[in-house]
Amino acid sequence: MSLQTELKPMQELPMAQSSEPCCGPPLEPPSKQYEKAGYAVSPYTKSFIKKANRYIPQIKTNLCLGDRLGSIRVRLGVNRSAYKIPPGIYCTGTPDHDSPVLVSANYKLSFDTLRSELKEVACWILVLDTRGVNVWCAAGKKTFSTDELIRQVKECNIEQLVLHRDLIVPQLGAPGISAHQVKKECGFKITWGPIRARDIQHFLANDRKPWAAMREMTFTVMERLVLIPLEIVLTIRPVLIILALLLLVSGINNDIFSFDQALIRWPFIAGGLGLGLFGGTVLVPLFLPWIPGRSFYLKGLITGLSCVLPLTLLKLNSLQPFEHLAIIMTALGISSYAAMNFTGATPFTSPSGVEKEMRRGIPLQIICCLIALAAWVTTPFLGI
Amino acid sequence: MKTFRYLENVSTLLLDQEGCIGCGMCTAVCPHQVFTMENKKSSIQDLDACIECGACASNCPVAVITVTPGVGCASYIIQTWIKGRDAVIECC
Repeated sequence: MSLQTELKPMQELPMAQSSEPCCGPPLEPPSKQYEKAGYAVSPYTKSFIKKANRYIPQIKTNLCLGDRLGSIRVRLGVNRSAYKIPPGIYCTGTPDHDSPVLVSANYKLSFDTLRSELKEVACWILVLDTRGVNVWCAAGKKTFSTDELIRQVKECNIEQLVLHRDLIVPQLGAPGISAHQVKKECGFKITWGPIRARDIQHFLANDRKPWAAMREMTFTVMERLVLIPLEIVLTIRPVLIILALLLLVSGINNDIFSFDQALIRWPFIAGGLGLGLFGGTVLVPLFLPWIPGRSFYLKGLITGLSCVLPLTLLKLNSLQPFEHLAIIMTALGISSYAAMNFTGATPFTSPSGVEKEMRRGIPLQIICCLIALAAWVTTPFLGI
Repeated sequence: MKTFRYLENVSTLLLDQEGCIGCGMCTAVCPHQVFTMENKKSSIQDLDACIECGACASNCPVAVITVTPGVGCASYIIQTWIKGRDAVIECC
């Protein structure tokens, strides 16, 4: 039997007819129509739906590990300003021309919070370009604005997607958006949605009528707790500079400067600084409603004092009275300042109020720091 | 917000009740329930809860609400002191 009769001609081989090439991936399926040169499909996109001759990303409503790690990362303040998604139109489920249009910001943390609350909801999501800032802050800075909303409504051709002319905008976007102007300029009526994304399903089910609790701002222990890491991270750079300066002033004496003296004294004043920071950035947010006083700078003084007093009561023999004074004043000044800065993270402080307390708080904080510095530097000269 | 109260008598919020058409938009957008509707007119029931966010003023179709809007944030205000009110300010 010759070899030729045994082997079938090439074209009859099953391999040539199948979609399996000799190497590399299968030939089928070819690239999707929504895949475009230079673009990548984002991990939160489940699929695309074709509506009005275009492909609209249908997004996932469950968060993956990457989303959760991303949330932790930005809560720690790492590369927070780059945590954004492209603005434009998205959808969940399979929406039709009667489905609601929800408006949101392009901060990914906001977007993730919203989509994770849209399980089994078919809707359109119109994401405005807020430069990666959440709805509330962006509304305050006017990037979540009337103009931007009108622009996106037109650019995304919302009127081709839905027959109704309603937009659901989160209530906290109201400082930036003027409902009657939106209606006038693009014909869409605004319904103010709930403050928190977790209420959105109830809101939709309740004929788009919010009940009182959906309209009320809250600031629970958990809501305050998640803010603490960022409060601490934001202080790192100035604190490192202050620590370096404290090392310098700790060494000043009759011989101008002693490094040994600096190393011995520095940990104590650095401790005062650390306790003050703890009082202002951790204790104030955590125990906010229970700390006496309405002004934050006063709350900070109280927490700062309660942190530093135990240290001075330890009666550290190596420390002089003036040094105790310096440590206490450092903690008070720093804690008061850090607490005052927390006003920006709370949802119940008015700019007029903050300005008023700053006019009282800042001079006091400066006095505390000056007394601390004077007392700390003079001790090696006076011995008290 | 009942659990948290801030400084009193500082808000710049003003309402001209004469011109109010009773649409209720201010009660819908205010995150702190500052307004209440009485006899088809809005009235300020809790001025000290106002955070001057400006939601009511920008959504009043007859412009009878005025407030100096701003951000209740110390580091933001410090920057406006240094750089001026109209400067581009980096914050949260």
